[in-house]
Amino acid sequence: MSQFTLNVNGRNRSVDVAPETPLLWVLRDHLDLVGTKFGCGVGQCGACTIHLNGAPGRACLTPVSAAAGAKILTIEGLSEQGTHPLQRAWVELDVAQCGYCQAGQIMTAAALLADNAHPTDEDIDNTMAGNLCRCATYTRIRAGIHRAAELAAAGPEGAR
Amino acid sequence: MNPAALDRRSFLRLSLFTGGGLVLGVSLRRSARAGEAEVARVTGVTDANFAPNVYVRIAPDGTVTIFSARPEIGQGIRTSLPMVVAEELEVDFHTVKVVDAPLDPAYGNQTAGGSNSTPQSYLPLRRAGATARVLLLTAAAQTWGVPVTECFARSGAIHHRDSGRSLTYGELVAKAATLPLPDPATVPLKDPKDFKLLGSRVAQVNSLQIVTGQPLFGIDQKVPGMLYAVYTRCPVFGGKVVGANLAAIKALPGVKDAFIVSRTFEGVTALVPGVAIVADSTWSAFSARQQLDVTWDEGPHAGDSWASFVQQAQRAAQSGALKRVRQEGDPDAALAGAAKVVEASYRFPFVSHLTLEPQNCTVTIEGDQVKVLAPTQSADEVRRVVSAYLGLPPANVTVTVTRNGGGFGRRAQGDYALEAAAIAQKVGAPIKLTWTREDDLQHDHFRAAGFDFFKAGLDAQGRLTVLTQQHVGFDPHWCPGPNDYPSNFVPHYRFNLGQLANNIPMGQWRAPRSNTSAWVVCTFLDEVAHAAGRDPVAFNLELLGHKDLVYSPSGKGQPYNAARMREVVRVVAEQSGWGEKLPPGRGRGLGYFYSHLGYVAEVAEVTISKAGDLTVDRVVAAVDVGSQILNLSGAENQIQGSIIDGLGTAWHGELNIEKGRITQSNLQDYPMIRMPEAPRKIEIHYVKTDYPPTGLGEPALPPLAPAVGNAIFAAIGKRIRELPFAKTDLSWS
Repeated sequence: MSQFTLNVNGRNRSVDVAPETPLLWVLRDHLDLVGTKFGCGVGQCGACTIHLNGAPGRACLTPVSAAAGAKILTIEGLSEQGTHPLQRAWVELDVAQCGYCQAGQIMTAAALLADNAHPTDEDIDNTMAGNLCRCATYTRIRAGIHRAAELAAAGPEGAR
Repeated sequence: MNPAALDRRSFLRLSLFTGGGLVLGVSLRRSARAGEAEVARVTGVTDANFAPNVYVRIAPDGTVTIFSARPEIGQGIRTSLPMVVAEELEVDFHTVKVVDAPLDPAYGNQTAGGSNSTPQSYLPLRRAGATARVLLLTAAAQTWGVPVTECFARSGAIHHRDSGRSLTYGELVAKAATLPLPDPATVPLKDPKDFKLLGSRVAQVNSLQIVTGQPLFGIDQKVPGMLYAVYTRCPVFGGKVVGANLAAIKALPGVKDAFIVSRTFEGVTALVPGVAIVADSTWSAFSARQQLDVTWDEGPHAGDSWASFVQQAQRAAQSGALKRVRQEGDPDAALAGAAKVVEASYRFPFVSHLTLEPQNCTVTIEGDQVKVLAPTQSADEVRRVVSAYLGLPPANVTVTVTRNGGGFGRRAQGDYALEAAAIAQKVGAPIKLTWTREDDLQHDHFRAAGFDFFKAGLDAQGRLTVLTQQHVGFDPHWCPGPNDYPSNFVPHYRFNLGQLANNIPMGQWRAPRSNTSAWVVCTFLDEVAHAAGRDPVAFNLELLGHKDLVYSPSGKGQPYNAARMREVVRVVAEQSGWGEKLPPGRGRGLGYFYSHLGYVAEVAEVTISKAGDLTVDRVVAAVDVGSQILNLSGAENQIQGSIIDGLGTAWHGELNIEKGRITQSNLQDYPMIRMPEAPRKIEIHYVKTDYPPTGLGEPALPPLAPAVGNAIFAAIGKRIRELPFAKTDLSWS
């Protein structure tokens, strides 16, 4: 066991775990941040997508030792009140079915929009291909990202 | 179910409960006696323990709470069913609190499955809302001393037309609760033409929690003092534990206990023997498991393989010794006399459900009381098996259903709850059991594989006069059946069934039976149409005939509503541009099937590159699920999802069996459809008919696989007779 200080959603949190413990399980079991989901454990489904220093990553493949010192952003920290343009778009378009994958979808999409404010369908398909939605809400995820781009362009209070 | 019968059996009860609100329950109980028991229960309810199938509460402060009694598995029921109550009650939906009802056997079916929640609940829920509205109207009219006919309900208040006076529902609660219940049969329901909420687009009630990562799911639950468990089963179905390196496992960091579970539970929901590891975190349990070394007695099925099943099925079909399940007319004579005979055989593999939330369950045992927290489609099944296994009365087992991270039929079984209960009992502490993805994929209750062998005979005019089908499979519950379409439509018909010895767990998988029956039947009918030199739409419409209800030639069994199916086929052909010419490498195909009370026809439009890359450009669906779409947003989402799920499963879904075990283990060797393969265009046309509304979790899935397979044939002339599509080389020149 080792002591690690993690910067999660802007707060420093200390945990005492084995260094190889995946960040996923540290977030879920030790820090009670369960929005980051376990789907496959091998980096294939994207349900555990988080941002490490702004870049999307798989929490299930990231040892906690590699995350110490990085800025970790989870779905719980994406916005204070669920008002990130993607979150607003997801509610507006009723994207989810079961909802289990959607935090991972939103985190991948957030990194996409940060790089590319107006992605095309092709940009979206290519970026989102790593995120599985078992309910197959892909039609609405695609639409949701386009809508979020519009909302973001209109500013925090715009395009309501 | 007959709506009138349902109506007689359902009833409403009103009372004041301890919180001082107006309580309205509605039941689907099938016997009056059980209904009386329910009355007593509802009358005595407190805020903490009432448990009707569906429940309305209006508090003196005007808060309207609607209880949702069925599990939310992504089918949208936690939104759409409360909408039904709210519509009749005349309240604004965004002001309603939706709360989950606990499991209570007095209140009938609380299982989500078979797209049954909507058809079983629609009318009783309308009556629940309408009865509350009538009582509130009466209370207001009496308060004002005016005729009730001068009053109307709107937005959570009763208004007096002439004077403009109004009273909110909260203000009327105390009086309304003292009024005698009206006869449910006399309660006026709204004219559907006046619906404001039903048929509109409403976002799921839990949308904000979903997009902010709140702990809605079973796997998110945590209880005080909880330990974390993982369970290892024999990779060969039916195998037993001989021994394991338990001492070494117990010495690993974080591990609290490790032991063999040998006391099993038999049945559809079974507890199989295995090794439990209990630790201080999920990862401690998972990582200790990597060191686990188990010696198995693999049992009699350790030699089973898919290749041997294929051979056995072919031999069985050729043996002529299969069990004759149904016969009409004289198929052998009809085949002998046919102008043309068409033969084809099809095979489809086992597939996994792969709910993205792996199976998990949290169990707390305190004395003789058991608390289960589970993502499940059937809390009732969980309670049944856990109480039986632990030797406790069912009432001692409380099951709280969390949101399900997908269901698709997998969570109709309670095996993971049994495992958690067995482990918690041994450990003496609350346990959260989490399955790894590998556990989940390899120890599913799989969609049954199967083999179908068809013969058809055409007369000189190219009409289908005889059809024989031999199905060789693994479980007669979950395979294409003798009464599936088009059994009633062919004068000479035979269905034979063969069963392969196996020990593979199987169960319901989204649109069970229909999802494979539609593929074999609609693919074969397409082959027959082409053999007859006919356009597939024209051929299939002719087969559907001119009668509205079609009985079997012998008059036995349920009729098939051909009128409804003809209409969705006609609409999908029209809307898809059926018959318009497409360039080489592009094609359209038709699939249509009745399942789970829904009539759905789909046309897929595909492009296949010369290298053989398949793109599904467009899917057009015509959907008849009765008179009323409840939530337009949810319905559309279900249909889109069913189409893409149907496509992904037909395209990629395949489990292989060697040495008695599943050879795939995770997503790297069990691919699922991703966004780039999802059709860019999905167009939905609702055909409204004067039948009670039914659910949409399933019926839009079965037609998709044959629609795409038939489109591939239209595009490049290759007929796919084995699923998944990915096994067939689609290159052409």
